[in-house]
Amino acid sequence: MVIPVLAFVGLIFIPIGLACIVSSNKVVEVVYRYDTKCVPGNMLHNKVAYIQNASIDKTCTRTLKIPRDMKRPIYIYYQLDKFYQNHRRYSTSRSDAQLREPKAAGDVAEFCKPEAFAANGRPIVPCGLIAWSLFNDTYSFARRNRLPRDGDHGPPPLTVSKRGISWPSERGHLFGKNVFPRNFQNGSLVGGGQLDPRKPLSEQEDLMVWMRTAALPRFRKLYGRMEADLVAGELITVTVRNSYNSYSYAGGEKAVVLSTAGWLGGRNGFLGRAYVVVGMACFLLALLLTLLCLVFPMKEEHLLLR
Amino acid sequence: MRASATDTDERPLVELAVVTPTPSTSSPAALATGPPAPAPGFSRAVRCNAPSSASASGDGAYPGNAISTTKYTAASFLPKSLFEQFRRVANCFFLVVACVSFSPLAPYRAVSVLLPLFVVVSAAMAKEAVEDWRRKQQDIEVNNRKVEVYDGTQSFHETEWKKLRVGDIVKVKKDEFFPADLLLLSSCHEDGTCYVETMNLDGETNLKRKQSLDVTVGLSEEHSFHSFKAFIQCEDPNEKLYSFLGTLYYREQQYPLSPQQILLRDSKLRNTNFIYGTVIFTGHETKVMQNATEPPSKRSSVERRMDKIVYLLFAVLFTIASFGSIFFGIKTKAELNVGSYAWYLRPDQSSIFFDPNRASFAAFCHFLTSLMLYVCLVPISLYISIEMVKVLQSTFINQDQNMYCEESDKPARARTSNLNEELGQVHTILSDKTGTLTCNSMEFSKCSIAGVAYGSRLTEVEMSYGEIEDVSGQMHAAKSKRSVKGFNFTDGRLMNGEWAKECHRDAIEMFFRALAVCHTAIPVSDKDSIGMTYEAESPDEGALVAAAREFGFEFYHRTQTTISVHEYEPVFGKEVDRTYKLLNILEFSSARKRMSVILRTEEGRLFLFCKGADSVILERLSKDNEKSCVANTKQHIEVYSEAGLRTLALAYRELTEDDYAAWNEEYSSAKNSVHTDHDAAVEKASENIEKDLVLLGATAVEDRLQKGVPECIHKLAQAGIKIWILTGDKLETAVNIGYSCNLLRKEMEEFFVTLDNSGTNAPEGCNQEGSRMAPYEHIGRKLQDARRQISLKGTSTPFALIIDGNALTYALTGSLKDSFLDLAVDCASVLCCRMSPKQKALITRLVKTKTKKTTLAIGDGANDVGMLQEADIGVGISGAEGMQAVMASDFAIAQFRFLERLLLVHGHWCYRRIAAMICYFFFKNITFGFTLFWFEAHAMFSAQPGYNDWFISFYNVAFTSLPVIALGVFNKDVSASVCLEVPLLHQDGVNNVFFSWSRILSWMLNGLCSSIIIFFGAINAVLIQAVRQDGRVAGFDILGVTMYTCVVWTVNCQLALYISYFTWIQHFVIWGSILIWYTFLIIYGSFPAMISTTAYHVFWEACASSPLYWLSTLVIVVTALLPFFLYRVTCSLFNPQHPERVQRTNSKNW
Repeated sequence: MVIPVLAFVGLIFIPIGLACIVSSNKVVEVVYRYDTKCVPGNMLHNKVAYIQNASIDKTCTRTLKIPRDMKRPIYIYYQLDKFYQNHRRYSTSRSDAQLREPKAAGDVAEFCKPEAFAANGRPIVPCGLIAWSLFNDTYSFARRNRLPRDGDHGPPPLTVSKRGISWPSERGHLFGKNVFPRNFQNGSLVGGGQLDPRKPLSEQEDLMVWMRTAALPRFRKLYGRMEADLVAGELITVTVRNSYNSYSYAGGEKAVVLSTAGWLGGRNGFLGRAYVVVGMACFLLALLLTLLCLVFPMKEEHLLLR
Repeated sequence: MRASATDTDERPLVELAVVTPTPSTSSPAALATGPPAPAPGFSRAVRCNAPSSASASGDGAYPGNAISTTKYTAASFLPKSLFEQFRRVANCFFLVVACVSFSPLAPYRAVSVLLPLFVVVSAAMAKEAVEDWRRKQQDIEVNNRKVEVYDGTQSFHETEWKKLRVGDIVKVKKDEFFPADLLLLSSCHEDGTCYVETMNLDGETNLKRKQSLDVTVGLSEEHSFHSFKAFIQCEDPNEKLYSFLGTLYYREQQYPLSPQQILLRDSKLRNTNFIYGTVIFTGHETKVMQNATEPPSKRSSVERRMDKIVYLLFAVLFTIASFGSIFFGIKTKAELNVGSYAWYLRPDQSSIFFDPNRASFAAFCHFLTSLMLYVCLVPISLYISIEMVKVLQSTFINQDQNMYCEESDKPARARTSNLNEELGQVHTILSDKTGTLTCNSMEFSKCSIAGVAYGSRLTEVEMSYGEIEDVSGQMHAAKSKRSVKGFNFTDGRLMNGEWAKECHRDAIEMFFRALAVCHTAIPVSDKDSIGMTYEAESPDEGALVAAAREFGFEFYHRTQTTISVHEYEPVFGKEVDRTYKLLNILEFSSARKRMSVILRTEEGRLFLFCKGADSVILERLSKDNEKSCVANTKQHIEVYSEAGLRTLALAYRELTEDDYAAWNEEYSSAKNSVHTDHDAAVEKASENIEKDLVLLGATAVEDRLQKGVPECIHKLAQAGIKIWILTGDKLETAVNIGYSCNLLRKEMEEFFVTLDNSGTNAPEGCNQEGSRMAPYEHIGRKLQDARRQISLKGTSTPFALIIDGNALTYALTGSLKDSFLDLAVDCASVLCCRMSPKQKALITRLVKTKTKKTTLAIGDGANDVGMLQEADIGVGISGAEGMQAVMASDFAIAQFRFLERLLLVHGHWCYRRIAAMICYFFFKNITFGFTLFWFEAHAMFSAQPGYNDWFISFYNVAFTSLPVIALGVFNKDVSASVCLEVPLLHQDGVNNVFFSWSRILSWMLNGLCSSIIIFFGAINAVLIQAVRQDGRVAGFDILGVTMYTCVVWTVNCQLALYISYFTWIQHFVIWGSILIWYTFLIIYGSFPAMISTTAYHVFWEACASSPLYWLSTLVIVVTALLPFFLYRVTCSLFNPQHPERVQRTNSKNW
């Protein structure tokens, strides 16, 4: 009973694991960490001052090499580290009612403080620390190595579509169609990004993505989608407008990620490896037990687990 | 068993205290005429026949006769039962947590804490309510019973019990229960006597005679009450069943009242057509209600250990909460520092719970929060689940067809469900003998008259020594004859008047006469059967009177002063009626071990007939007795008791008028004395007449073994259970019963520890020089000798210890206590004879406290009550001898042989089930609780729960509750037949293998492993990359759902792996629970986002369409199950447990 079960588990798991590994390996992922690289050398000793100085132009352009062919769609992510979106104080600091209903604008939850009311005493929509700390670095991409033919203007831009990066339920239900940002980021201390007060929340997809809080301090969030194929060896330029403060806390890495997605999603060998390891372990165990049974033939019944 | 001459039984322990006399200041004779000012404690004033106009004297204040035994009333139910519920530490903790959860400290919404608590508490309260409702129904039934009451004018009319009031005159008819405590005024008998059965009060089935005062005897007509007016001054309500003091003021006279005139509520009128009585105590003031006390509540050792585990979990909870709080404090304090300034948390303006400037206070608040967060470590539903499981288990016990007794139409009954699993851990059984091992239906089987033995039938004990084939023919012949209850005697020399031809004709005649008159039985003329049947105090006595009838001396009528017998007169060869004038009855007591009657024949001769234990009778013989006759009788008695029979010796004495008159004076004055040493004086007086007796002979009464007893004892012995027999019987009888029921076997080495200096010698080991030494040292030396012998012979031979009550008095004192117990523990069987009920209880307590193992006491009579209540488990035999033992017991079975199934099958199952269930409970809660902890550790210890609120609160209630209950109710590691075939399995329970600390801790460790595998598996599988083909990543919500799915699968599959017995129920609940989780996820997810928050649409939208979600569930669950799987494989390879071994042998046979 035991040996067949173990062998069966092994037999099932190893192929699944191999399939997962293959799928994961097919995914092409380019990670570019720019949190220190985009800070000028003379400001490296005081990155916080750099990022908080509004007068410095924080645009930074870098070239990335595409290692392997990347088929469309290519997903763009930003990646943060040691950013505790799962801190209880942070993740509770929001008002779901306010996001959905215009009538509930005043329904500023206790937890939204200190980002509940603007200086003029009016409620902030959307209130709370999550919205307030909205990620606001922007990226733009262009092909570099394709020289301009026909003599027209510079490297052709790679357009990044930001539509559909949130979940349909968020656009449809969680974020109201006639809720508009009000009094947002007009306090003395500006946290993160601004919102277009003319667009309803149901169209502010960056906010939706940001407000679906990450589970762990190291996380990626979808920035946009690029409907283009990239070939191996191609160089692309990425222009980062570095304005989000990830410098005042330790380990605050920032990176931009380009990745394709397979049927399992992004690149992560863990699942495949886990399957293979567990499968192998079961298989070996089955083998070991079989040997034991062969050496001590009477003991087959020992393995009856009922 | 009580009141027979061979028994040393006394009143049961619990009632020992109640016979103490009330203060003598209130002696009724001392009272002045007319209603005096009430003495303290004697304030009750009853105006007979004027209940309604009684307001003047204030007896309108006495409560009505309605009773209520319910714990709660409609109004008090809520507060009282809530109080009961929150007395439990765990529930109280949850309540505190629920209260705190309304504060902003709560990591999740308060309602999600409250709801499970509400469910659990209301389920427990519903159970209480149902139980109380049943009691209420019973009360209503009792309160609405009908009784005839005098309406104050002319006639009696029916009314309900509850409407009775103090002073009412009632008429109670034959076989009706008395509705309240009554003063007997008159009865259908001219002398004002009546008979009552007090089975509901003290369990005694014999009839008791009550007698009204002479002045009220005349009130036997309905109309005579028209002018009846009387006043009673008596004691206040109390619980003493056998005492009553009061005065009746009637026609300007006062008369003292005694218990003789009191008819107690719940006893039954027998053999009397009707009585009139006046109500004295009503409702809760009646003596029986005053006596009603809750039996001591017992808790099983498993449950006691469970409490410890709950405390352990509390400790774990506090540890991880404070661990988290310390880290949280450190992190919070550092939040304002340059370099770790988490600006997005606004530490500069944070609320007090996160204030970096007051980090220690924040840490304290965090501690409270984490207590709430990890509340699921302590299983809220554990107690209620266990209670439900136990109730269901009890139902199984109650409905087991194999424990149903057809003859008596009685199933086994678990009177309490607390102790089911304790049955599987029984280490020592302390058993009563009479009525428990034996049927307690006595049969007259042999007698010895004037030195000649009569009676040819073989007894069971003799048969068990072999030669069953030889006697079977004889048995058959005996059976074909007319069977008479209590009579199983065949000897042509005595039957059908043939005794007249024997040479000791006169002695035989006297012998039969003694049988016919020397007793306290009451004849009942039964229309259906031929002749008389008898209501006797003890079955032994009944058997003797019945035997007399069969020999031709039919006792047929008794009055206060006469005994009438149809006697066969051999001279004329026909029956003559003789009436003897009954002068005195010297009653039986366990100290006296004999009873006598003194009567005057029609010819005017005075005789004293005495029957009693051989030892006391033989001491009192006159010197004129023929030596050979005495010697022969002695020898016969010895032979009889070796054959397992209960023996009595009979003797008589002819008295002269002068002697009698002198003695009677002495006796009456002793009898009428009111000192505290009244009993001693009476006994001394009796002693003076019971001497110079002429021996008539001896009787032997057989108490047959119950069906299946030897087999059952053999099985229990095989199961390694130590069996002690505690009996009031004689050493020889006990030893022989021991042999016949397999407790003592031929190969056993026996130690006799006795202080028996009366005539009969102990079979061995009791040498005469021993009795000359101080008894204490004597016993001590004997015990030492036995110990030495055991250590010499080692464990190869089983030992048996036989000790008698006298020796035990010494063996239970001082330092001997320990050496006695050490010796007893080394012996396979222990037989204690000549025990008093108190000693039985003492021994039980000693064994229980000294061995620290589970003891089970089994008995059937009121004398076993103390033992049953003292033992860990009390099992009552619902046999012939009343309900007292059953009322005090935890389990009731009809026959001893059902004990085998009760212990080896039900005990085994219940123990395994409860142990597995509790272990599993802790496993599943640790698995779940620690995933929360690992998550919190990744969220800066901010007490952020890893799951949605409702996931957490439904974990114990919805997704994991049913399978664990199914495990507790239905799991069978081995089948019933295997349990019985391999009794050694019982040792697992005795050694507590399945609920040992190592077992519990390894389950907890397993939970910890599973939580680690689940958490780290999940976070590594979803990590940071996209989890779907559309490039979306997993947030807090998806990780939570993934982890939670893994937890639900793991704990349920773990159970499936553990369960060894699958029916569709198990499949249904296990896979059903997993299905419930998905269904819940879908339904809950489709609620408005206000309610479902992070679970909104998460399953349909994000998880179900992601292969990663399903694949990671599979690998994580399998991996989390592997440790347990490997553990089981290793165990079965290297160290197979009994059940697994049995399963193997079983599977071979397939």
